[in-house]
Amino acid sequence: MPHLAIERWAKSADCPPDSPAVLTVEGTHGLLIHAVTKAAAERGAHPGARLTDARALDPSLIAVQADPEGDSALVQRLSKWAGRWSPLVEVDGDGLRLDVTGVAHLFGGEQGLVRDTHRRFAQMGLTSRVSIAPTAAAAWALSHHAPCICGPDVAAPIAPLHVSALRLDSDTVRTLERLGLKTIGALIGLPRLALARRFRGGEDVVDALDRALGRKAEPLTAEPADQPPRVLLKLEEPAMHPEAPAQALERLIPRLACELEGRRLGARRLMFSGYRVDGSVAVAAVATAIPSREPNHLRRLLGDKAAALDPEFGFDAFALTADWTEELGAAQESLVEEPSGERELARLVDRLTVKLGSSAVRRPQPEESHLPERASGWVSALAKTEPILLPPMQRPQRLLDRPEAIDVIYATPEGMPRRFMWRRSVHDIARVEGPERIAPEWWRQPSSTRLRDYYRVEDSAGRRYWIYREGLIGDGRGGAPNWFIHGLFG
Amino acid sequence: MGFLLAQAGAEKPLLWVQDRMAILESGRIHPPGLPTQNLIHVEARDAKDALWTMEEGVRCSCLSAVIGELWGDPRTLDFTATRRLAVASERSGTPCWLVRLAGNANLSGARMRWRIASAPSLVNPLDERAPGSPAWDAELFRARGMPPGRWAVAHEAGRFHLVAASGDRTLGEERRLSA
Repeated sequence: MPHLAIERWAKSADCPPDSPAVLTVEGTHGLLIHAVTKAAAERGAHPGARLTDARALDPSLIAVQADPEGDSALVQRLSKWAGRWSPLVEVDGDGLRLDVTGVAHLFGGEQGLVRDTHRRFAQMGLTSRVSIAPTAAAAWALSHHAPCICGPDVAAPIAPLHVSALRLDSDTVRTLERLGLKTIGALIGLPRLALARRFRGGEDVVDALDRALGRKAEPLTAEPADQPPRVLLKLEEPAMHPEAPAQALERLIPRLACELEGRRLGARRLMFSGYRVDGSVAVAAVATAIPSREPNHLRRLLGDKAAALDPEFGFDAFALTADWTEELGAAQESLVEEPSGERELARLVDRLTVKLGSSAVRRPQPEESHLPERASGWVSALAKTEPILLPPMQRPQRLLDRPEAIDVIYATPEGMPRRFMWRRSVHDIARVEGPERIAPEWWRQPSSTRLRDYYRVEDSAGRRYWIYREGLIGDGRGGAPNWFIHGLFG
Repeated sequence: MGFLLAQAGAEKPLLWVQDRMAILESGRIHPPGLPTQNLIHVEARDAKDALWTMEEGVRCSCLSAVIGELWGDPRTLDFTATRRLAVASERSGTPCWLVRLAGNANLSGARMRWRIASAPSLVNPLDERAPGSPAWDAELFRARGMPPGRWAVAHEAGRFHLVAASGDRTLGEERRLSA
C-alpha cells in the first residue's frame, strides 16, 4: 500500500482530492515530508524532501503532522481483514504478506486474486500494489517496483530492478552503485565468492539475493504451528439483514463438526467471525468445559452471540474457527440413547457460562487458610478443582461478602457478647459459644491487621449468627475493638 | 438450609442459584460450612436469570438437586414460572427447591410448600450456655396429596429427627419448597 498514510489522512480529514497536502515527520534538520497527495507531488513535493524546500517551490502546500502509529494500527487491522484471502498473513512494514499457496484457485486463479485484492482495497479508498512471486523477498521487490505476477522463474522479472529492491541498507546500496552494480541482474551474474568477500560486514548481499531467488527459505513468522479447524462461507452479495449471522452459523456448524470429526478433535473454544464489507471483523467467541463437536450443543452455545453481531454495512464472508481444540476420540455414549452424567453436566455449565458469564458460574475451591473468606475460594466452573481437606470446624453455611459492622454490648475487655444490633434490629443473645481466635496471616497482611475473636451466638428466636470482635483493647493496633457480623448459620 | 441439604443425594453435584439481592441480604453460601463440596454456585443478576438457570438445571438429570434462592417478591416469579419448574422437575426426576427469603406466600405451582423458621437449638450436652444442635419449626402449609402439618425438626449427629413441638413462635424467615 504505497499511499496508505496520505490516503488514510485524506479520508479522515475529508479533504478535496486536488488539494496540495503533505504529511510531515520530525527529521534531524527540521520537518521532513512523509507522504504527499497527487496534487502536491505535481508541485514538486516528494517524500523524504524537507518541508522548507517544498514550500520554496510552492508556498501553498498544506502541511499536516503524520501519524505513524495510526497508520500501523490500520495495517494491523487490515492484516486481520486480509484473512479473507489466506489464513497466513504477516504485516511487513507498510504492506501485507500473504501465503497464497493453494489458495488462488478459490478466487479464480492468481489473476482473479490480484483483481479481487485491488478491487477490495479500492473500495476502501486505498491504493494497492500486488505481486505474487515464489519467494517473499521477490514479491516485496516486485510489488514496490514493478507489480506483476511472477511465474516459477524468479530471476527474470527481478533482474532489471534496482538493487535497493533487495531491501539492503542505504550504505550498501550506495557502495553497490559506485561499483556499477545498479540492477539485481548485475548482482546475479557475479561470482558468489567475490560478492560474499566484498560485503562481509553489516547487510549481507548474498543472503538477500538468496532469499529473493529462493535459495534460502524465508518463512512467514505469522505461521501458527498447527492450523486450527476453520470453515469459511463467502456470500455473493453483502448480507445486511440481522438474521444473516445466525443463518451462516447454521450452515457452518455441521461443516466444522465434520472437520473436527475427521481430525478427531473436540472444540474447547469457538470463534465465529463475520467479515464486513468495510474491512472490519465482528467476532463472537464461546468456550466449552469439555471438548465437544456435537452440532446441536455448539449451535446452542453460539446462537445468541452470533445473532447479536451487528452487520453495519453488511457481511460478505463468515468464518468459524475452533482456535482451541483437544483430542476427542470417536465415542458412543451408551447403547441406550442416554447421555452420560459428566458430559451432560459439562454442557449445562457451558450454557450457563455463556449466558451469565464465567464469573457468575463457579465451583468451590478450598484454600489452605484459617481466614474464612480466604478458605472458601471459588473458581470458574469451567476449570478443574482439586479437593483439599479442611480441618473439621464449625463454620456457618452462609458468609456475607463483606463483614458488616454491628453494635454489641459485651463484658469488657474480653467477655461474651450480650446483645447486638444489626440492620436496625436488636438481637438479644440467648446462647453464645466462643471465642475462636483467628490470628491475621502476618506473611501477607500488613502488621496493623488485628486478630479476630469469633463467637457463635444464638438469639432469642433461635437464629444463629457468626460474629467477631476485631482486636483487643490495648493490643496497640487501634482503639476500642469493633464488632462485625460475618456469617449466618442456616 | 441444612433442612434442604439432608434431602439431596451426594454423588451428583448440586446446583445452587442465588440472586444478587439474596447474596447481599443473607450472604453467599460458604462451602466449608456445608456437608458437600460438590456443588456449582451461580450468582444470578436478578430473579429472571435465576429462574432461567434453575430451569436449565432442572431439565438436566446430571444434578442431585437444584436450589434457588430469591429475595423478596420479584414480578417474574409468578404461578407460571413456579409451575414450569415443578413440571420440569417431575419430568427429569431432579428435585428442585425454591427458597424465598423475605417473600410473601403468593400463588405458586409448587407441589409442596413449606414455611420454615429457626427455633431455639437443642441443649448442648457439653456446655449449656452454648448453642446446641440446630432446630427448625417447619410448617407444611400446602401440599399435593398429603395433609398439611407442622413439625419441630432438629438436626443432630448427621440426621434429622422430630422433636416435641414447643409452643408458638414468630416466623423469622419463610421458605417455600417445590417438587
